[in-house]
Amino acid sequence: MTATATTAPAEVVAAPTVSVRRVYRFELVKLLALWRIRILIALCWIGPAITVIVVSGQGTLPSDTLFGREMHATGWAGALVVLSFAGSWFFPLLTSVIAADVFSSEDRLGTWRHLLVAVRSPRRIFIAKTLATLSVLLMCVPGLAVSGIIGGLVVGSRPLAGLDSHLLSPADAAGKLLLAWLCALAPMLAFAAIGLLASVIFGRSPIGLLLPAFAGLGMQLASQVLPMPAAVRVALPSFAFLSWNGLFTSPPQLGSLIAGAVASLAWAATATALAYLLFMRRDFTSLANDGSIRRAITAGILPLLGVWVLSAGVVAAVTGATGSGIDAGKLQQSLAVSFAHLYRVQSQEVYHLNVTEAQLRTSAHCTKGSALVAQDGPGNDWRCYVYWHLPGVNNATGQAVYQLDVSANGRYVADGDGPNQVNGYFVVHTSYGDAPNPLWEFDGLVDLLATT
Amino acid sequence: MLTEDIVSRSRTVRARGVTKCFGDVVALDGVDLDVAAGQIHGIVGPNGAGKTTLLGLLLGLAVGDGGTLEILGMPVGRALAAPDGVAGFVDGPGLYPSLTARGNLAALAALRGPGAPAMGIDEVLGQVGLTDVADDKVRGFSLGMRQRLGLAAALLTKPRLLVLDEPANGLDPAGKRHVHNTLARLAADGATVILSSHRMDDLAAMCSEVTILSAGRVVFSGPLNKLAGENRELDYLLRTSDTDAARLVAAETDGISVVDGAGTQPDPEVIVVRALVSGLDELVPRLVRADIAVRELTPVVSPLETAFLALTEEHERESSR
Repeated sequence: MTATATTAPAEVVAAPTVSVRRVYRFELVKLLALWRIRILIALCWIGPAITVIVVSGQGTLPSDTLFGREMHATGWAGALVVLSFAGSWFFPLLTSVIAADVFSSEDRLGTWRHLLVAVRSPRRIFIAKTLATLSVLLMCVPGLAVSGIIGGLVVGSRPLAGLDSHLLSPADAAGKLLLAWLCALAPMLAFAAIGLLASVIFGRSPIGLLLPAFAGLGMQLASQVLPMPAAVRVALPSFAFLSWNGLFTSPPQLGSLIAGAVASLAWAATATALAYLLFMRRDFTSLANDGSIRRAITAGILPLLGVWVLSAGVVAAVTGATGSGIDAGKLQQSLAVSFAHLYRVQSQEVYHLNVTEAQLRTSAHCTKGSALVAQDGPGNDWRCYVYWHLPGVNNATGQAVYQLDVSANGRYVADGDGPNQVNGYFVVHTSYGDAPNPLWEFDGLVDLLATT
Repeated sequence: MLTEDIVSRSRTVRARGVTKCFGDVVALDGVDLDVAAGQIHGIVGPNGAGKTTLLGLLLGLAVGDGGTLEILGMPVGRALAAPDGVAGFVDGPGLYPSLTARGNLAALAALRGPGAPAMGIDEVLGQVGLTDVADDKVRGFSLGMRQRLGLAAALLTKPRLLVLDEPANGLDPAGKRHVHNTLARLAADGATVILSSHRMDDLAAMCSEVTILSAGRVVFSGPLNKLAGENRELDYLLRTSDTDAARLVAAETDGISVVDGAGTQPDPEVIVVRALVSGLDELVPRLVRADIAVRELTPVVSPLETAFLALTEEHERESSR
């Protein structure tokens, strides 16, 4: 349309710009007026504390969750279980409920035109909605962290065994826990951005609402089932929810942590940019936006797959990681270190002996399945022999056997196979009675991106 | 001075050759429109005529593909924005069900900021008759209450041009009165109201001028009386003190034809005659002279509706040729 040369009367002015701050506040008011959002925030602030206290008091612990088997020993384990569970299941659900609904709710209510007339700037609406979504997410995440910590403190602030079984003081555990929560923000941003994109693409369709949850589930399943190279696995946002595990080894495994966080931020930036472009190109004269699968594939899935491939390529190029990231060398090294730490604990409890890791000179030898099977990759068929020098006995060497169940993300569970007096039985006799045998079963972690 | 005033009045809305297409569909095809300040202007047309598209352009929800559009004297360019002082809604008011009526308006007022011209929330709620339910969640509102709250939201901004799509939808008689009075008061204060409706009686009651759209084109634009006064015969219900005698008088009057058969009318005291306005001018004195009291003389279908049907059907016939 061509503009006419008519001179406007002095009192007529162009519509005033509504600042992003005002639109943001408007969006926040709308979001916080929703009961489901209020309930979700309340759950985040109350639920973890109750869960940690209740579960820690149960006879059966969630030992399949990282740090779950330590929940009796220290409250910090409970706080970490909350983070593990949130990363695997709750964050994708949280972003579904909040981010994936923020644009589509206007489609369902038929309020786009009202909003556009009031604000007169689709760009500002997009920015404000994005910021309001982030704000609500940031009301939830600290709640989960603080609530989990409070629950843990109620259970008991005692030293926590890290993923190489070295003991962390409560202060160290608290510091690493807070750092781990900060690390989890990067993948959460990625899922939130996927939610925003789904919300823009699918409009009124409920598919958009479920997409972040399905994406999270799909990534988890793909990570566990598909034989992916480590670089490809690390480039998935779902991996970054677990990569904080590397903080709990000494030295910390920062490679996977940083790579996962950077890849997640790349996902977040791409998905947000795509959502912005699609939103700015939308024709608001049509009320009905039920989304289209074709557009979801071309404007959503394919570009994000591109980010995944590109991130994986960069990770592989920078780290040199090509295979699964799990091999006998890494497992042997990790298992030997963990065993030494725990043997020291056991010696103190049972024999009141103060031995050092240096005296033990522990080593391990691991094999996977039969000789016909490739000696790398995840699986529950890893069998390891651990050797150590018996302190105080000249040239005497001890030997213990472990079965290792190694997950694709590098975490493993070492299950002691004997001898009984070392790691074959779940309790040990101490001067103050029977106590859990620290060498019987424990968690460990290998760095997928490290080279042996 | 007079010239300036005329120019100013012509500047509320001025559209020349406005065209808007959605793919292959031509929604507006060279639309011309002039709406003066202080006028309540009706937009009518069959479904798909382009009414909502035109209202959307006025609200700044879309931009035309061709032609020129001035709103409140400001040329509207390609950007999605109308000048300040334009408010309203199309396809129903945009309300948030989780907020109260007052909450919806408060959020909207906060959006505009303290410097913007605005009416008080209680004031606008009172104007549309929603004071009693101001603190109720909109989730439980009826369609009519939502329409009134949508109008209140538009009034909150002290609009100089109010654009409303089917504002009378779902309104009960009391609600309709509130809306009619509010719009009349607004127009009396110098604001312009442009509304669409399928209810011809509503438009006839409120509007001073109408524009009839058919298939994206303007087929009539002007004062209602001009439309009603077009040289077109209408059917009128005639109720008198003596039906049989009135029937005889009507049959003998030039320009009048009785269209109902005796006894076929549901109400035996009513006859239906077909006539031009000039024919009625002849009939009524003759009935009076024959000592027949005229108790009711009303069009069977409103002149606006008759004209609307005739014009749109005629345009559709021409388009299909």
